[in-house]
Amino acid sequence: MNKNHRVPSSRSLSAVEVKSKFGAEFRRFSLDRSKPGRFDEFYGLLQHVHRIPNVDLLVGYADVHGDLLPINNDDNYHKAISTAAPLLRLFLQRKEEADYSAFGTDSLTRKKSPAALAAVLLRPDANRKKPPVIISLPKDFRPVSSIIDVDILPETHRRVRLYKHGQEKPLGFYIRDGSSVRVTPQGLEKVPGIFISRLVPGGLAESTGLLAVNDEVLEVNGIEVAGKSLDQVTDMMIANSHNLIITVKPANQRNNVVRNSNSGGGAASGSSGRSSDSGASFYSYSMPGATAITPSHIIQNFRPEEVESDDEDEDLVIEAGGDARHAPRPAAGATASYSMPSLPRYEPHLNLRHSNGAMATSASVGSLSGPDKGLERSLERRNLEEDGTVITL
Amino acid sequence: MMKFRFRRQGNDPQREKIKQDLFAFNKTVEHGFPNQPSALAYDPKLQLMAIGTKSGAIKVYGAPGVEFTGLHRETATVTQLYFLHGQGRILSLLDDNTLHLWEIGQKEHCSQLEEVRGFTLPGRPGIESTNATRVTVLLPKLSCDLLVVGTEGGGVHFLELPSFTLQNKSLFQDEIMQSSVPEEYKCGKSLGPVESLQEHPQLPDKILIGYSRGLVVLWDLQNRHADNVFLGKQQLESLVWVRTADSFVSSHSDGGYMVWSVSSSTPCTHEPVTATIPYGPFPCKAVNKILWRTTESGAPLVLFSGGMPRASYGDRHCLTILQDSQHVTLDFTSRVIDFFTIHCTDRDKEYDDPSALVVLLEEELVVIDLQTAGWPTIPAPYLAPLHSSAITCSYHISNVPVKLWERVVSAGLQQCPLQTHTNWPIRGGKNLAPDPKQHELLLTGHEDGTVRFWDASGVSLRPLYRLSTANIFQTECDHNDSLTQAGEEEWPPFRKVGCFDPYSDDPRLGIQKICLCKYSGKLVVAGTAGQVVVLYLCDDKSDHMIDVATVDLLQDREGFTWKGHDRLPPKSGSVLFAPGFQAVVLVQCMPPAAVTAVTLHAEWNLIAFGTSHGFGLFDYHRRSPVLARCTLHPNDSLAMEGPLSRVKSLKKSLRQSFRRIRKSRVSGKKRVLVSSPSSKVQEANAQLAEQDAEVTPVQRRIEPRSADDSLSGVVRCLCFADTFLRDGTHHGPTMWAGTNSGCVYAYALDVPSQEKFSEQGVEALLGKEIQLMHRAPVVSIAVLDGRGNPLPEPYEVSRDLAKAPDMQGSHSVLIASEEQFKVFMLPKVSAKTKFKLTAHEGCRVRKVALVNFSSVASEDYSENGLVCLTNLGDIHIFSIPALRPQMRYDCIRKEDISGIASCVFTKTGQGFYLISPSEYERFSLSARVITEPLCQVEVDRPHDPSELSICTTLPPQANGTHKTPSGENKSAGDAEGVFDEMQSPLSSPALDSPNSSADITLDTTGELTMEDVKDFLVTVDEAENNLRNMTEEDGRPPGILIN
Repeated sequence: MNKNHRVPSSRSLSAVEVKSKFGAEFRRFSLDRSKPGRFDEFYGLLQHVHRIPNVDLLVGYADVHGDLLPINNDDNYHKAISTAAPLLRLFLQRKEEADYSAFGTDSLTRKKSPAALAAVLLRPDANRKKPPVIISLPKDFRPVSSIIDVDILPETHRRVRLYKHGQEKPLGFYIRDGSSVRVTPQGLEKVPGIFISRLVPGGLAESTGLLAVNDEVLEVNGIEVAGKSLDQVTDMMIANSHNLIITVKPANQRNNVVRNSNSGGGAASGSSGRSSDSGASFYSYSMPGATAITPSHIIQNFRPEEVESDDEDEDLVIEAGGDARHAPRPAAGATASYSMPSLPRYEPHLNLRHSNGAMATSASVGSLSGPDKGLERSLERRNLEEDGTVITL
Repeated sequence: MMKFRFRRQGNDPQREKIKQDLFAFNKTVEHGFPNQPSALAYDPKLQLMAIGTKSGAIKVYGAPGVEFTGLHRETATVTQLYFLHGQGRILSLLDDNTLHLWEIGQKEHCSQLEEVRGFTLPGRPGIESTNATRVTVLLPKLSCDLLVVGTEGGGVHFLELPSFTLQNKSLFQDEIMQSSVPEEYKCGKSLGPVESLQEHPQLPDKILIGYSRGLVVLWDLQNRHADNVFLGKQQLESLVWVRTADSFVSSHSDGGYMVWSVSSSTPCTHEPVTATIPYGPFPCKAVNKILWRTTESGAPLVLFSGGMPRASYGDRHCLTILQDSQHVTLDFTSRVIDFFTIHCTDRDKEYDDPSALVVLLEEELVVIDLQTAGWPTIPAPYLAPLHSSAITCSYHISNVPVKLWERVVSAGLQQCPLQTHTNWPIRGGKNLAPDPKQHELLLTGHEDGTVRFWDASGVSLRPLYRLSTANIFQTECDHNDSLTQAGEEEWPPFRKVGCFDPYSDDPRLGIQKICLCKYSGKLVVAGTAGQVVVLYLCDDKSDHMIDVATVDLLQDREGFTWKGHDRLPPKSGSVLFAPGFQAVVLVQCMPPAAVTAVTLHAEWNLIAFGTSHGFGLFDYHRRSPVLARCTLHPNDSLAMEGPLSRVKSLKKSLRQSFRRIRKSRVSGKKRVLVSSPSSKVQEANAQLAEQDAEVTPVQRRIEPRSADDSLSGVVRCLCFADTFLRDGTHHGPTMWAGTNSGCVYAYALDVPSQEKFSEQGVEALLGKEIQLMHRAPVVSIAVLDGRGNPLPEPYEVSRDLAKAPDMQGSHSVLIASEEQFKVFMLPKVSAKTKFKLTAHEGCRVRKVALVNFSSVASEDYSENGLVCLTNLGDIHIFSIPALRPQMRYDCIRKEDISGIASCVFTKTGQGFYLISPSEYERFSLSARVITEPLCQVEVDRPHDPSELSICTTLPPQANGTHKTPSGENKSAGDAEGVFDEMQSPLSSPALDSPNSSADITLDTTGELTMEDVKDFLVTVDEAENNLRNMTEEDGRPPGILIN
């Protein structure tokens, strides 16, 4: 794997000051910013400095926006290290006592003070009215859709990003030719347009709630569709299907985002009031296991400068040594890293409402990756059976 | 995403200038035989031949290299063509009843064909297709100042040329009837349409008028008087004067012809001198056209088309040549459109003495040498019948070495010893194009298993050599020879002429892919039934066994049963081969699916081939398979269905064609005059159909490709390259294969040195597999050297014909998929540059080629570019390896799927695509390398009417596409407004052309009633009367022009 290391910028000090809190106890130590190491090493270090070697921990940190975000893999660990400025504040919880609802956007800022946060986090068990509903951690979610560029688009338009990558779910929509009425200096004019004609029940498009039948498609991945034929637009969408960004003019204009409103009121209507394309820690999940676990003889064509648009678009190259056809090394690697010990513990819960809309930023509807991964794995295996050396992403 | 929004190419003026010097798009010339020819004309003075087509094109041919094309703005059939003798002007009659005058004009020292003006006979256009003023025949006088027009209503009108001014001295039937026809002949019947108009060979003021009913009149124009009347009783088809003018010949619908003598003493002739039905006595078909040519040797030469016995040979397309006891019935494979003889037209000479007969058939042009005994055919230097069997693939080789060229030419000459060495008889004009600098070969693969070699160096595509692969297989049609032998004795004395043969013996013989090594003369041809044939060029004939090897591409994959066709059984024993390309090895892929990719490396003695199941590598020197690899996806069931999925596509195409029919009916209905109740019902139906179409709009599913997609294992491209696959320091032979599912396999080959070829085998080791994330089919793979140039072809470096590739810098591989282009560095296969065409433009890649563009500004400057034709029919040029878009041109209509599929690019920036089954359009993307007709015709025109002309010509477009809707013909007369006024109460608003009436009549064939017929009869009279009134009225300007 590890062409994927996001090398922390060397602009800041080489050491990161860490303040780690577990229960009422604080520990302070420092880490080398340029060599943060891996998450499991770090996890071991935390257990060591807190002297709780056999306690399962849930590690969270406060990011620059004051959000409480989890640290549970290399990616978000590195993110946490690289964004710590200069102090990295960690909050450790016992896994069995963890309050998952605390994670998310605004989770810290609204409480304003760390003390209040601590109060939330470390609330004694007696205060709880009912046993906590255990929902999965964000790492087990993958964003499936988001509304983006709200700040630059007219209010009547909506730009929706669908994350098809690594999903078993079909995109699940159809488009058709139609005509729409435009206001021009010459008066009203009927112009041809492309419209969503059908949503497949259970498909990605339908499950997001962001697209609807008769929405007019205006752009596909930033390119206007005006003047293009239905077949051209179809081809453009399919070519971009791993990371499809459609700008639509919703047929139903009542749910539009109203700018300058103070609250994220849009959440109620299924669209987000925030224009962010979500925190980086979320974003990095869009590449699921496969990247992280690709055995070392599989090379990723990685160009850091094009991470944004390209990291879903990497072709898979398999070096076949003389013995590659016989040794199913990729298979072994894949199986090993897919077996994540914690997976079975999380029950699938799709209801995020009780998080006060805090999760609305990017995962409008989350889907558990657990079952998906299972599917993927079986798919993987099927592909592998077909030929010792082929791996499909 | 912001990247897209602000993606803008800096407009560097210097770069723009360089691009101008490198790239320019031109459609230059059409090769092959015009699709659906419909008219023929010849000018004996200028020695030019003109062919009109159903799409409204006029093509003029003279000496080889002299050609002009013109295209009518209306897509209507050219029904008749006439040259104005020696003036370089052409008259065309379209089936929308409009007349057009064309001129060969001079532009920058080159001649061009331009439309000058148009004309329509005034009449009532309400009942278009059966208009009384519908023109049936034309006769431009030899003096070129008068055009005689015969009509359906039997009227004869006179137009001044070249202004198309209607003279008010039209001749109507009743004038003839009253003055000269005896009472017993009249019987109260009309004479019918004018069938033929012929100018007296010696007296320019007299013309022969033949009416359909059989009456022929010798009319004196000067005195408005019928000199002679000939009371023919058989329905007339055509007339021809005998040169001496003392007699003429008429041909008739009963299959006979009559000779009539003309003498001033008997004004009314009742019986012909002779009447013959050559193929009687049983009923015969009509003799459509007859020619009578006198010869110095005595007996006249009679040539006529048709007239075959209805029952036994009614379906033959024949032309008979008769002279004395010599009788040949030329038996063609397609319909005779028209024919003419090339003979002496000098008035001082006593005899015609025809030298050649030119026959235009629906599918080819046949020229017969009439001066050589046995009347052999003369090979045509142009109008090659490309489609003698349907074209299945094409392959272009530029810069052919002289050695190979000469060997192919000589092999071709030995193939056709039966042709005469008479020079081509049509010799008009001067070819100004410089001789081509290099030889170019175009190879076409055909459905009957032949490969034809064409000289594509110049403007006219010339056949060089024909290779058949059918003779190495056992097919059911081997016994033909005995059948034709038996037919020798029959009456009439048939002689098969022409090479158009649309019937394929066995579709499995069809050629799918061709690859030729121009230095070693080795050729690989692969076909529909999985056959891959390796051929060597050999100058002597040979009789040898063919080595057969079978390669199993399924590789023991279980659970698959091939449901398609069987393999072609190879002939056992030795096979006799004529000099030329001789088959040496046959590799049979199993299952015998069509070969989808093939490549050859003559230096390594290797061929690679792929089908929908996998690919293989074969050492043809040792006759041993090196590698077979299955690319089939386990879930892919369609791959076993045989040649493409019949079931699926048939269903789809049926649905589409129904939709199309319905649509065309809907649009056809709009033109119907709403009058009768039946048409109201039709209109209602049409509206319903329209609504129906709106209820279920066309929709498209948006879903990414998945690994399970059908036919994902199809091997789309193969390539050999000497490059770095395993590490950056050692380069060596490699083989690359790309599939329909975006997978690329790269093999490192261990090729023994030349001395050890025989002892040591080639070995292939899988080096890398690349799965393109977007899974689009891989269209092409090419390896670029350290300087980013494509690797040279085998032998080019070892024979000092190309610069050695840069092996110092790191190589890269360019992989073109249907959706994007990517350049990967080797050996790491790390992406370097890419261009996502589909994501940006919504079009998909159909054909790509690496092309070297040389600059017009400087001899030495050239750039390599990636040329790409998309499914929308446009061509994009990209720089390599940077993959920056350079140019974009519209080339082919996106609906023209076969045109797009047939496109081939040359290495120097030209290209070919089929615009019809029989024609290639040649185009050029290079500003420097252009092959276009440059020719000149010296014309002798008394006064130049171009001052008058308001007409501008449109550049002709391929496939008869017109950008402008059927335009108004510009008139030269000043009476336009007047006549428009007159016409308006008569004309119906929704009619554009009589052509549209075809749709209506098609739709309502069943509903023709007695009333309709009566209506028609009435209107015929009315129209005639209208015309007469108009022309006779005083004070009205004679120039009447309408459209």
